[in-house]
Amino acid sequence: MPSSKKTSTSKDDRPTSLRGGPPATTHPDKLVVLRRPRSLLHAPSRGQASGLTPGSQRFTPYLLIALPVTLVALALGYPLIQQLIMSFQKFGLAQQFGQSAPWVGLENYISILTDSYFWVVTGRSLALCAVSASLTMLIGVAMAVLMQHVWIGARLVLQAALVLAWSMPVIAALAVWQWFIDARFGLVNWILSSIGFSNMAHFNWLQASPLTFYGVAASVIIWASVPLVALATYAALTQVDTEIIEAAQLDGAGLYRQLTGIVLPLIRPVLVLLGILQVIWDLRVFTQVKVLQANAGNSSDTNVLGTYVYQLGIGGGNYGMGSALAMVMLALVLVITWRYVRTLSRQGDLLS
Amino acid sequence: MTAIHPSRVNSPPRRRRRRRYTARTITSIVAVALGLIWAFPLYWMINTALTARDQLRSSPPTLFPLTPTFDSLAKVLADPRFWSSMAMSMQVTLIAVVVSLLAATLAAVTLSRYRFRGRTSIIVAVLVVQMIPAEALFISQFRMLGALDLLNTVGGLSLLYVGSVLPFTVWMLKGFVDGVPIELEEAAMVDGCSKVGAFFRVTFPLLGPGLVATGIFGFLASWNEFTLALVVLSSGTSVTLPVWLAGFQTSLRGTDWGGVMAGSTLIAVPVIVLFIFVQSRMSTGMTVGAVKG
Repeated sequence: MPSSKKTSTSKDDRPTSLRGGPPATTHPDKLVVLRRPRSLLHAPSRGQASGLTPGSQRFTPYLLIALPVTLVALALGYPLIQQLIMSFQKFGLAQQFGQSAPWVGLENYISILTDSYFWVVTGRSLALCAVSASLTMLIGVAMAVLMQHVWIGARLVLQAALVLAWSMPVIAALAVWQWFIDARFGLVNWILSSIGFSNMAHFNWLQASPLTFYGVAASVIIWASVPLVALATYAALTQVDTEIIEAAQLDGAGLYRQLTGIVLPLIRPVLVLLGILQVIWDLRVFTQVKVLQANAGNSSDTNVLGTYVYQLGIGGGNYGMGSALAMVMLALVLVITWRYVRTLSRQGDLLS
Repeated sequence: MTAIHPSRVNSPPRRRRRRRYTARTITSIVAVALGLIWAFPLYWMINTALTARDQLRSSPPTLFPLTPTFDSLAKVLADPRFWSSMAMSMQVTLIAVVVSLLAATLAAVTLSRYRFRGRTSIIVAVLVVQMIPAEALFISQFRMLGALDLLNTVGGLSLLYVGSVLPFTVWMLKGFVDGVPIELEEAAMVDGCSKVGAFFRVTFPLLGPGLVATGIFGFLASWNEFTLALVVLSSGTSVTLPVWLAGFQTSLRGTDWGGVMAGSTLIAVPVIVLFIFVQSRMSTGMTVGAVKG
């Protein structure tokens, strides 16, 4: 009995991916994990002792998982399919008032991909993402290393401050940062003008140029993202065996050599995961830019992918084009996400 | 430390220790300074909320609320829009947390305790779906809720929140269920419990901390959410607190920063208190199992 069940588990797993699951489920090395027998379900004597029959067991998991699967399918699955359909249709204001939507094939995609503004917006999103994600990682990892070389009191102060900053709701944080850079009464301009930059007294950071706008946006994003990176990296650093580091010290390795040669390679899995998460989060950035735009006025100079989708679809009512754009953005994010999932699963116990 | 290296023997230990002491003091000062920088926005928010309005427009800014006033806070607390937004936020958050916790418990137990066809696909889907940006779906979500007549309603927004919170809560809770040894349940079953009975009598009580942490995560995610609230509550008659705050800020000519900071403080304080309970769990949850020993 147990052996027949085992083989059925591994064999059954293949067809499921045909039902729309991601393809890597059929990856051979992952099935090995699944074949590992679980003591409870594969021990017939105990199953009988508790009065469970294989027949009743077969349906229980599906019954249990029906509610969560339905909720996700309704909130995300159905809209996703609808959006995919809409992206191949001409779906504008007329269709909202009941006209049927004509199929236009790839027209929406073609007009987006041949529109130079799309590439400008994509370039901005990628640049903002590259700058924010790399600076976040750099500052976060530097803080984590720093925390290992300070008195305990100082470390606790820094950790507490990071937790506080991390806990701040993004919308409240945005309000404070906008107050910092308020042109007339903000702290930043007051400090700049009192240390000699008198022309900065009424400088409008959000309207002066897209560069200062993105400088503010990147600062808010980095400030809010560093705590996770710093705290998680520090947690990983404390797991590194101190004997290895002591051995390196005895061999005369300086701090830099210890870090680049031993410590950082050892915690590489954590760093890769954090890096991928930062890239995903910073590529899809919406709230920060949207809120700052409301204050800055002209949004076409400062749109990123998220706000462009909003402007096209929700703002302009062009659902067809908006959907196509959203699908392009989704594809971009999922390609990166795929690496995240693969990295997680390579670390072993993802599917256990 | 009996291992002896030539350089260790030669260098006078006291001087080296003192040099190390100085270095550690310098790095400690840097760490504290960084901590102050990172916590400063929070301080500045509270400071501004407690500063008199006319003082906010005076040239040297008020760095400490030496004479705190509660005018700004009182003004916000007297604003009916604040309270209607608060009611909206609380309803949406409560429904989202309760429903997602219930559904996540079911899913986590199923994925952790059963082996069945499609399990691997569901686990991978849980991970991938977490990463779908709200911006990539909100157009069709907006249309779907419109067709169901759920735009500008608590139910519509809660449904979307459940959908976006559920994948991560399942993932988090599955970790907790995995942590309860199945042998405990087996022992109860040998003693005559049914499988369901064994779960409810043995595993469920041990999941308490996990349910609290997961529930708090769901609370934070829903309470702070801005994008979907902006899209779904587009009529603007009743909105959640984040949308209210963002609107409050831009609606006035010459922003009332005292009021905005008071509103921010009122929104942030419950969040910060709850967050501190779960933060250690969150920083490890993202990279679970990445480094072992």
